[in-house]
Amino acid sequence: MPEQPQIARPQSDRSQSDRAMIEIKNVTRSYGAFKALDDASLTIREGEFFSLLGPSGCGKTTLLRMIAGFDNPTSGSIAVGGQPMEGIPANRRPTNMVFQSYAIFPHLNVEQNVAYGLKRLRLQGGEEKRRVEEALAQVSLTGLGKRLATELSGGQRQRVALARALVMRPKVLLLDEPLSALDKKLREQMQVELRRLQQAVGITFVLVTHDQYEALAMSDRIAVMFGGRIAQVASPKEIYQRPVNRQVADFLGGMNFVKAEIVEENAASLVVDTLGFGRVKTDKPKAFVRNGGGATLGIRPERLRVLWDNATAKFEVAGKVVERHYFGEITHLIVEIPGLEKPLSVTETNDFGADDIPVGTPIRLAYDPEALVAMGD
Amino acid sequence: MRARRFLSGGWLSVYAFLYVVFLYLPVIFLPIFSINTAPTPKFPLTGFTLQWYADLPHTPALLDAAWNSLKVGVSASILATVLGILAARSITRYRYPGRRTINGLIMAPLVLPEVIVAISMLLVMLQLGLSLSLFTVVLGHVLVCIPYSMTVLTSGFEGFDRSLEEASADLGESAFGTFRRVTLPMVAPAIISSLLVCFTISLDEFIIAFFLTGTEATLPIYIWGQLRFASKLPGVLALGTLLLVASFLLMTVAEILRRRAARRTQNQGGIYA
Repeated sequence: MPEQPQIARPQSDRSQSDRAMIEIKNVTRSYGAFKALDDASLTIREGEFFSLLGPSGCGKTTLLRMIAGFDNPTSGSIAVGGQPMEGIPANRRPTNMVFQSYAIFPHLNVEQNVAYGLKRLRLQGGEEKRRVEEALAQVSLTGLGKRLATELSGGQRQRVALARALVMRPKVLLLDEPLSALDKKLREQMQVELRRLQQAVGITFVLVTHDQYEALAMSDRIAVMFGGRIAQVASPKEIYQRPVNRQVADFLGGMNFVKAEIVEENAASLVVDTLGFGRVKTDKPKAFVRNGGGATLGIRPERLRVLWDNATAKFEVAGKVVERHYFGEITHLIVEIPGLEKPLSVTETNDFGADDIPVGTPIRLAYDPEALVAMGD
Repeated sequence: MRARRFLSGGWLSVYAFLYVVFLYLPVIFLPIFSINTAPTPKFPLTGFTLQWYADLPHTPALLDAAWNSLKVGVSASILATVLGILAARSITRYRYPGRRTINGLIMAPLVLPEVIVAISMLLVMLQLGLSLSLFTVVLGHVLVCIPYSMTVLTSGFEGFDRSLEEASADLGESAFGTFRRVTLPMVAPAIISSLLVCFTISLDEFIIAFFLTGTEATLPIYIWGQLRFASKLPGVLALGTLLLVASFLLMTVAEILRRRAARRTQNQGGIYA
C-alpha cells in the first residue's frame, strides 16, 4: 500500500476577542399588530464578521437599521461598544453603513463623497486628504477621486460607499445587502475582497443578506432569521451541518428529511429508529422539540456517496435511481429507498461516472452516521 | 398600404409644417409689425425702425405697470414655490390614503375656466373684507401658479432616494446640515425652475389680475388699456414682443434646470451602472 500523504487537520483560523461589541437584548419592533422583530437577543463580538441571514421580511434589515439608529425598538435595548444606544440619533452613533442602493451623493465626486463625514471633524494639516487617499486605496479606487458618481460602474459605486464608511473609522460597519445589485462574477469577487478588507481593518462587520452562500463564505458567525425571530446563531459550518430545525436546514441548501421514532432521549443525545437508516444515535440540538414520539433526521445530499461495484461501507442504504440531473461538475441523483416516503437527493461528483448511471439502476449509498442530524420541527 | 404611403410620402411633413405655422404664425406677426415704420399693422411693410422700442422707457404708466408686474411676479412665484415644495415633498415622499386625490385637486386649477376662478376669488376677497390691490392679485396668481410649481417640483423630487439623507445622517451630519449639504443642492435646480415658471405665468396673466386689481395695473392690464387708442398700438406691439421674448427665455432656462434636477434624483444608477 502506497504511503498516504499526511495533511494536518486545519484548526479554526477565526480569532477574535470574546468581548461583546453589539448587545441586542429582547428587542421587539411592532408596526401595529405586526411584529417585524420579535424578542430578538444577540451578542456580536468585537472584530467579528457577523451575518444576519434570512428571507425577505424576516426582520434582518429592521434589526440592522435599529443598530444604525434609523429605527427604534418598540421594546428591548441595543448597546454598541458597551454604550446603550437608546435616544442616540444615527449621526452620533459609532456605526457606519453601506446602503443597498449605495446612496452615493450624485452632486459630489468620489473624493467629496468619501470626505463627506470628515468635513465635520475639521481635521488639521492635510489629515483629511491623507485619510481619503488611504480609504480609496483600501478599496482599490486610487486615482478615481475626481470622477463623478454618475461615471462609475456598479462595482465602483459600491467601493465608494465602503470607503466613505470606513474613512470614519467606525466601531461597527453595517452592510445592507451590499452585493445584491452586482452580477454573479463580481459578487463572488467582492465576497473575497470584503472578507479580506474586514480582516485587514479589524472592524466589526455586520452584514445583512438573503444569500446563504454569501453568508457561509464570509462570516465568522451567522444568525438565521425567520418571521422576526432569530432561529439559530452559530458558525457557518455549524449552521450548515447542524441546523436546529427544518426551516434553517432548508434555507441553507438541500436537505433530505427522514421521519424517525424516538427510542431513547436524554439531555445530550437521541436514539431514533428510521425505516431507511435503521437505528441511529445522534446529538440532541438545544432547540429540539419533541413531536409526540417522532423526530426528523436530516442528511445533506452530498453526504450520501454512491457505492460502486462490490464496494461496501459500514453504513449503507439500498435503492433505485429514479431521476438524474446533470450540473457540469456534479450530478444530482434522485434515489428511491424502500420504506422511505420521499426519495433521497444525492449529489455526486462526476469523477467516477455518476453522470452515466442509467435511470432505473439499483444502487447502494454509503453514509456517515455523524452526518445524520436530528432536528426540531 | 396606399394610405400609409400617402401619409409617409411627404404629405406627413407638409401637415407637420402647416401645424407649426398655425401655432406660431400669429406670434410672428407681433415682432414683425413692432419694427415697422407704419403706425398701423398692415402689409406691405413700409420700413425698419426701432423707434417704438425707444419710446417705451419714456412712458411713465408703462414703467409703473412693469414695476407692479415685477412685484406681483416675484411675490407670487416665491409663495407658490414654497407651497409647492411642501406639497410636492409630501406627494413624492410619503404614501398615504387620498394622496392621488389631493394631487388631483391641487392640479385642478389648471383646467378650471379662469373667468370663473377670477369671479370666485373676487367674491371671496370682498367677503373677507380685503380691498382690491396688488396683494389680492398676488393671492390670485399663487392659486394659478401652484399647479405649474407642483408639476416642476414633483418631477424634480420624484425618485429622490431617501437613503441619501440617511447616509448623510449616518456620516455624522445633523438634520439641518443634511438639508444644506444634500437635500438643497439636489433639488435647487427644480426650485429655481419652479420660481421661473411661476414668474412667467404671473407676468403674462391677465384675467385674474384684471378682476382682482384695484387701481394699479400690471403689464397685461396696461396693454389692454392701451389697445383702445390706435396711436398707441405700435408701442403695445413692441412691449408685447419684449414680454414674448422674456417668457420664452425664462421658460427655456426653467426647463433646462428642471431636466437637470430630474436627472440628478432619478438617474441614481447612472448610465454606466
